[in-house]
Amino acid sequence: MELCDLSAHELSRMLRQRETSAREITQACLQRIEQVDGRPGSLEAGEITAEDRQRVHAFITVTAERALAQADAVDRKLTAGEDPGALAGIPVAIKDIFCVEGTPSTAASRILANFNAPYTATPVQRMEAAGAITLGKVNLDEFTFGSSSESSAFQPSPRNPWNTEHVPGGSSGGSTACVAAGEAPLSLGTDTAGSLRQPAAFCGVVGLKPTYGRVSRYGLIAFGSSLDCPGPVARNVTDTAMMMQVIAGVDPRDATTANVPTPDYLAELEKDIRGLRIGLSPDYFRISIPDPISGEYIQRDLPAEMYGSVLRAANLLRSMGAEIIDDVPMPNTRYGIPAYFVVSRVEAASNLHRFDGVKYGHRTAQPMNDLRKLYRVSRNEGFGLQPKLRILMGMYVSAAQYSEQYYNRALKVRTLIRQDFDTVFDRNGKYRLDALLTPTTPTTAFQMGAVYGDSVMMQFADQLTVPANHAGVPGLSLPGGLDNEGLPIGIQLLGPDFSEDVLLRIGRAFERATADDDWRQVKPRVLR
Amino acid sequence: MTEYIDSATFDHLVSLAALELDAGQAEYLRRELNHQLDAIRELEAIPLPDDLTITSHGVPYPPQTSQPPRADKVTPWAQPCAILDQAPQVDDDQIVVPDIPHTTLE
Repeated sequence: MELCDLSAHELSRMLRQRETSAREITQACLQRIEQVDGRPGSLEAGEITAEDRQRVHAFITVTAERALAQADAVDRKLTAGEDPGALAGIPVAIKDIFCVEGTPSTAASRILANFNAPYTATPVQRMEAAGAITLGKVNLDEFTFGSSSESSAFQPSPRNPWNTEHVPGGSSGGSTACVAAGEAPLSLGTDTAGSLRQPAAFCGVVGLKPTYGRVSRYGLIAFGSSLDCPGPVARNVTDTAMMMQVIAGVDPRDATTANVPTPDYLAELEKDIRGLRIGLSPDYFRISIPDPISGEYIQRDLPAEMYGSVLRAANLLRSMGAEIIDDVPMPNTRYGIPAYFVVSRVEAASNLHRFDGVKYGHRTAQPMNDLRKLYRVSRNEGFGLQPKLRILMGMYVSAAQYSEQYYNRALKVRTLIRQDFDTVFDRNGKYRLDALLTPTTPTTAFQMGAVYGDSVMMQFADQLTVPANHAGVPGLSLPGGLDNEGLPIGIQLLGPDFSEDVLLRIGRAFERATADDDWRQVKPRVLR
Repeated sequence: MTEYIDSATFDHLVSLAALELDAGQAEYLRRELNHQLDAIRELEAIPLPDDLTITSHGVPYPPQTSQPPRADKVTPWAQPCAILDQAPQVDDDQIVVPDIPHTTLE
């Protein structure tokens, strides 16, 4: 096994025992990128070739020199006997929606293609201060607007390492694809409707959406300001906890971060799960989707493989001492996507008005003598179709004559969704759950191009993840098996506010219970 | 599919959004907007109690977990050049934009 295939916690142990160096680890990751990633995302990609279709294309920008300089600094600290930090020598890939000083920070959009961030986002700054090695910036849906990563202005867009004809999910598809392919042991992503958990499920890795306010959003290019949550992607739960330990906590630069103590996630991990109450909800085992012919909404049961993976996990957790509670009602789950269509678009439209071709980013090259014309032409040239769609919808549903019908109603439905969680997590209530166990996604990874362009069907890929964003509660997606095509299945744990430590503990217990499973031994196809 | 947004309403939205679209983009975007509004119509069927309040963000912010407001204090940025370097057009440390042509208000 190569260094880049080892876990972050194993690399950390080896580094501290001087069995390897930060430079060797970094070089191994850079070499893996060279082997599997193919050409980086670009605005002028031209035709997608047969060669492109076999590569991962996770990265937009690889900052190799910067990474090696950081690695050498860690090695010098180790040689000097200094504490190099909790993530010392561990390479990390940053979703290109975070600002990193002196590097292109594009949001995968033409409108920010030439933007070099003058400051660094807090989660990145905290990881770098803890000795992490920043390998570069990874691709995503433009401004995070999508669930497949195909809408990036930087093509080729990321592909799924388990089968490169399939999407990696999105919008953190570059993050999950690069971690699955061994290009980085850790990645920093974001989750607004499931953008960490859904691609984590599709790529067979772990993705944690923290509680809203647990991780700072300072330096994150905003999409939905009441929904966005930065969080870790890793290949196992322990590495997720390691990264979470560093990025979590209050930040004076983000007033929405909560002043809540950060637990010792790693210390909590190996505790047993006896007595924890874990719920199963029938409302997460069926989906509502628009019928492609009639347009009417129909309810369908999930594919048997998805349902079976969750039940198997429940049985394993029960055998380890957890109490499984059946038939937990979450009746407003089905309204998560319709409410999200409204809330997220209003927030997106508001946030995207700052991109105007004046202060930074793309300005049209056409000569202009009217500022308003400059705005329109620059924005038209700079934004792709998905940002335009979100701006237009956000403006429509928040217009004075429609806001009661759409926006205020959606915010009230959001209250109902939050009440579902409050009811089942209530310590004095009927269910008193520590966590809900659900599938992460309605299906495994779909084929490239199969859904892209249909903005409604694409959004419904987030049906089982978006309720947690409305409610603000944390969610953890774990690999739960493989389907009959060999594609990963994700299972999800949802918990009360600030219960990431409990979710990670349950996730770690599931990992221990399945450590010898055959599916755990299978590698993504790009590594075979 | 119901046409909630007709072409006149759409054109007004495009203007408010400070966008300019070609015909192909406009056709796709208007179709998808109407498609999405079909999905949003699901919300209208939900019975909402009269006293139900809105939720603007999921997690409550009681005083004990909220941060105090920051001091109202200006802190100069250490490298203003790094910010000005990002501007498309600068003259003597000022960002340059075209004029807004004079319009007589009615």
